[in-house]
Amino acid sequence: MIDWLIEELFAKYNYWISIVLMLIGFYAMIAKDNLIKKIIGLNIFQTAIFLFYISLGDITGGTEPIVSEEMIAQGYVYVNPLPHVLILTAIVVGVATTAVALALVILMYEEYGTIEESEIIELERESAGRSDTR
Amino acid sequence: MLIVEHFPVLVVAISMFAAFTILIAGWLLNKKCCFFISFITILVQFILSIFILHHVLTVGTITYWLGGWAPPWGIEYVVDALNAYILVILLFLSLVCVMYSKRYEEHEIPNKIVSYYVLYQLLVTGLCGVTVTGDIFNMYVFIEIFSLAAYALIASHGKIALKASLTYLVMGAIGACFFLLGIGFLYSVTGSLNMYDISCILKTGDLYTSRVVQAAFTFFIIGMGIKMALFPLHTWLPDAHSFAPAEISAMLSGIIIEVSTYALIRVCLSVFTVDFLEMYFPITTLICWTAAMAMIYGSVLAIAQYNLKRMLAYSSVANMGYIMLGVGLCMSSSFGLTPALMHILNHALMKGCMFLAAGAFIYKFDLWEIEDFRGLGRKMPYTTLSFILAALAMIGMPPSVGFVTKLYLAVACFQAGQFVFVAVIFFSTLLILFYFWRVIEYMYIRVEEEGATAKEVKVDEIPWSMLIPVLVLGILCFVVGVLWLVNTPAFPLMDIMDAVNAEFGLGVVP
Repeated sequence: MIDWLIEELFAKYNYWISIVLMLIGFYAMIAKDNLIKKIIGLNIFQTAIFLFYISLGDITGGTEPIVSEEMIAQGYVYVNPLPHVLILTAIVVGVATTAVALALVILMYEEYGTIEESEIIELERESAGRSDTR
Repeated sequence: MLIVEHFPVLVVAISMFAAFTILIAGWLLNKKCCFFISFITILVQFILSIFILHHVLTVGTITYWLGGWAPPWGIEYVVDALNAYILVILLFLSLVCVMYSKRYEEHEIPNKIVSYYVLYQLLVTGLCGVTVTGDIFNMYVFIEIFSLAAYALIASHGKIALKASLTYLVMGAIGACFFLLGIGFLYSVTGSLNMYDISCILKTGDLYTSRVVQAAFTFFIIGMGIKMALFPLHTWLPDAHSFAPAEISAMLSGIIIEVSTYALIRVCLSVFTVDFLEMYFPITTLICWTAAMAMIYGSVLAIAQYNLKRMLAYSSVANMGYIMLGVGLCMSSSFGLTPALMHILNHALMKGCMFLAAGAFIYKFDLWEIEDFRGLGRKMPYTTLSFILAALAMIGMPPSVGFVTKLYLAVACFQAGQFVFVAVIFFSTLLILFYFWRVIEYMYIRVEEEGATAKEVKVDEIPWSMLIPVLVLGILCFVVGVLWLVNTPAFPLMDIMDAVNAEFGLGVVP
């Protein structure tokens, strides 16, 4: 049991953290009624994946990936830079997604005067009911 | 290097260049020129894509190294028969939709024309990028580009569309994140991002049994399943499709979910290859059963709708079921991927036509509900005619496109020994007949109840720039159906299918 804990939980704590963060984000997206909180949940979800990538590229004791042939011969270990580059791109995508989402929420606030999802659904149902009777 | 070998990157580059040209030209010169820049760019892209398809069929796969970097390090664009085929379909429908959009958007959002065309062009850029790329991370970026453009375009008419768009955004972002996570898992075991390279490493390293690879595969299926509205993950689709502007609905239904399907097929067959799928055989069976459920569920809910666009949206869920059934059966019949790819083209034509026609009813008379369509057959004879051509194709009247799909799917089911799915196809056809007949009945038959005689009704058609796209798509529903059945040298549709199957080693009965 102790061995299992050490091997699976503590040694790989970085992956567990990203899983927990992901589930927190998921929970916020599903359970929160406030649209801004939903978007924050989405951000936490995305960040969890970014952290997963970053920890993927890291090596214990690794240096920055600016090395010469001699340094490698001397036994320098360097961190893989590619996941970081990928995540730079993914962060840009995430920021763009958040920007579009927030713009939509602003427009919805102007339209309905609220950012609670249940209230918006209620308002929408009322207006649909009115158009039916018309 | 032949000039044709530069076309894959040109298709993406000129599209993105045009997006920013439209922005500057729209601000500095005139709003009117936005449409023409967009139209000419997509026309040029369409012509380039036809050259690409011709080159791929006659000479072979095109590869292009961006910046001259060799594949495992640099980004590689690979165009084979499968991409070239999807590229031609998507640019054709984009061309038709942009032509339709001119009058429709001038009518609906006269103040936002410039940003509308910028976003439209970015949408086309993203879609082209997904189809031509051979690098899995590059594919993720392009998926996000077209998704972001699609979110904004759905919301462009405001009001309830905003909520539909936000739902799609949240679902789509989760789907894309799962795709990203899948890439991360694959990268952690292979150390490569090039699709061909990954598939080689997976095969030589004997990694198919690795838990990480299996998890990555699951993430890809779920992620793309959300984007393509596979049955239990389709919840964003009905709202997004019914509240978007007409031509964006047509693009969403006809192309965007199809391009996501393409991404899934590409990842399943090019990265994981047929060997992986055979190793875990229940995967294809599972896909078949989900597809069957989608076909029934989509059709049943389509019957319950009173709003035409919403009915068509649920019909899209059912049609994704047809495509996925084709994908699920690809390894157990001699047709391989043919039924699935066939239905991608067929669905683009049918749904494109119907959504554009539904938009025409809204443009002209502001009619959304099916019950209000009384006597529309006399007021708008050509639009309703094309709608009915597409509806008949959807029902499966020979020799239309829908008939060809159903024929091939049914034969594929027989070959695979899955007789249940033949019954499902037949049953869903009955349901389709039921809900389209209702529309046809209101349009043509229930006229006299209004009290107006036929002679008093004046013909009041939509402008020709909107009518031509609708008519072209409606007529193509039958022309392409004939072309599928008689393989002419000028339109070698079946040769494309054979090339795709040969490439993936499909279509050979085990």
